[in-house]
Amino acid sequence: MKIIEVEHLTKFYGKSRGIVDVSFNVEEGEVFGFIGPNGAGKSTTIRLFLSLIYPTGGSARIFGKDCIAHGPEIRQEIGYLPSEVFYYEGMRVLDLLKYSASFYQKDCSRRMYELADLMELDLKRRIDDLSYGNKKKVGIVQGLLHSPRLIVLDEPTSGLDPLMQQKFFNLIREENKRGATVFFSSHILGEVQKMCDRVAIIKEGSIINVQDIKTLQKDNYKKIKVTGSGLDEAAWKLDGITGLDHTNGTVSFFYKGDINTVAKLVSKQPISDLTVEDLTLEEIFMHYYE
Amino acid sequence: MNIYRHEFLTRIHSVAIWSVSIAALIFVFTSISSGFTEKAALLNQMMANFPPQLLQAFGMAEMDFSSILGYFGLIFLFCQICLGIQAANYGFGLVSIEESEFTADFLLAKPVNRSFILTAKLLSALTSLTITNAVVWASTFFFLSVYDKGAGYDVKTLVILLASITVFQLVFLGLGVFISLLVKRVRSVTPFSMALVFGTYTFNAFSGMLGEKSLDLLTPFKHFDPNFIVKNSNWDWPLVAISISFIVVSIPASYWLYNRRNIPSAV
Repeated sequence: MKIIEVEHLTKFYGKSRGIVDVSFNVEEGEVFGFIGPNGAGKSTTIRLFLSLIYPTGGSARIFGKDCIAHGPEIRQEIGYLPSEVFYYEGMRVLDLLKYSASFYQKDCSRRMYELADLMELDLKRRIDDLSYGNKKKVGIVQGLLHSPRLIVLDEPTSGLDPLMQQKFFNLIREENKRGATVFFSSHILGEVQKMCDRVAIIKEGSIINVQDIKTLQKDNYKKIKVTGSGLDEAAWKLDGITGLDHTNGTVSFFYKGDINTVAKLVSKQPISDLTVEDLTLEEIFMHYYE
Repeated sequence: MNIYRHEFLTRIHSVAIWSVSIAALIFVFTSISSGFTEKAALLNQMMANFPPQLLQAFGMAEMDFSSILGYFGLIFLFCQICLGIQAANYGFGLVSIEESEFTADFLLAKPVNRSFILTAKLLSALTSLTITNAVVWASTFFFLSVYDKGAGYDVKTLVILLASITVFQLVFLGLGVFISLLVKRVRSVTPFSMALVFGTYTFNAFSGMLGEKSLDLLTPFKHFDPNFIVKNSNWDWPLVAISISFIVVSIPASYWLYNRRNIPSAV
């Protein structure tokens, strides 16, 4: 079953671009990465899911229902963690969490205490006394306390220390095992690589690729580095070779195509060393943004 | 119910401060009322020597100092300014504070629709305003009976005067929320509510000074002119109807705007 279906979704803020003609689907139970630099339209897409803003064109459906027409019904089952967390300053953490829980039909108090315990959150403190990282923890607890079917994370790890990040990722993995679908927006590629099954790459408001993360890394480009004395740079002319660089007797390049062709080419050269690597998501990403 | 309660609690200090302040204002002015009413003839004579435009500007043109209610009309004008600012503050802040402090993301990501949110917020603001209103009623009756020196006053007229508060508050609440939804972002509530209240108050003053009757139509201060109510023991119904139409238009229009609003994001 498709949890999120986005069709030709477009949003303009007056004349300035939000997103343009964005289409993709997210299947039930997957962890879907949504990557792009700042200003690419990640938050715009998420805010459209939550009907915080209304589209200029196209539509988004969640759980098979239109985001605008069935907004409240859909949001019963969405847990949202925004990139910047802001809460009612004068409230105590416990009161805020209870207020948050009061919107959901199910009883959330047990899960609320469990999560607060796990995130080491002091429930008695006032929101305005909390550090940014601690506010973020409040965000995590309030986003997950109703055991949602869809978890929407917008750059969730900023402000969390590495230990907390680890805990948070484990928590998201558990939720995913329980059956929750996760929509994970981020510009930190390492964490997307670690967490996600599929990724969509967004650039200047448009999706430029949606792919399985393993295929993205395996079937695409190889990073090849060859070392040897007297390497002839002119020899490395082959369809599929990009980013050729020759320094200090080392030739490195990216290659996409039949690996046999490049292997034959390499065998003709006097080489002393050879490395063939998959690209990191970082490098793929940079490639898309060149 | 949860939003209503939450809203009410966040406003509770403000309600207490406004209520106590207005009650104190009524206390101070009624406590010195005997000084005025005893020398009514002298005062009325003195007032007659002021340029009528000046008196119009301060809403004192038709004041009659010989009765405590005539004097109370002036106090009530000050109360109206305070009540107007309070109601406008709540109106302008109703949805805009959530947006400028970015808690709107939290609230609107919850499973409730926007009309429900706005209804809860309006009812909660109305409850807060009604508490202040009740304090004004209680303190007016209390201090007037303490300081009227047994002269007595027309209870019916006073009730008609005080009953205008609810409509007056709703006008500023409704206009406040409506204007706050017309603009893209309200960074601070106070300048907006001050401008609205003193703006309409100035219309009232100018309409008196210049005899420009078209300004009368725009200002609730004229619609609920305390001197008129005290003198006639009735509301100026044609003008009150305009105030009521402000409410009837601004509140549904606010629902319409809020349901179409793009919530600005923090980053």
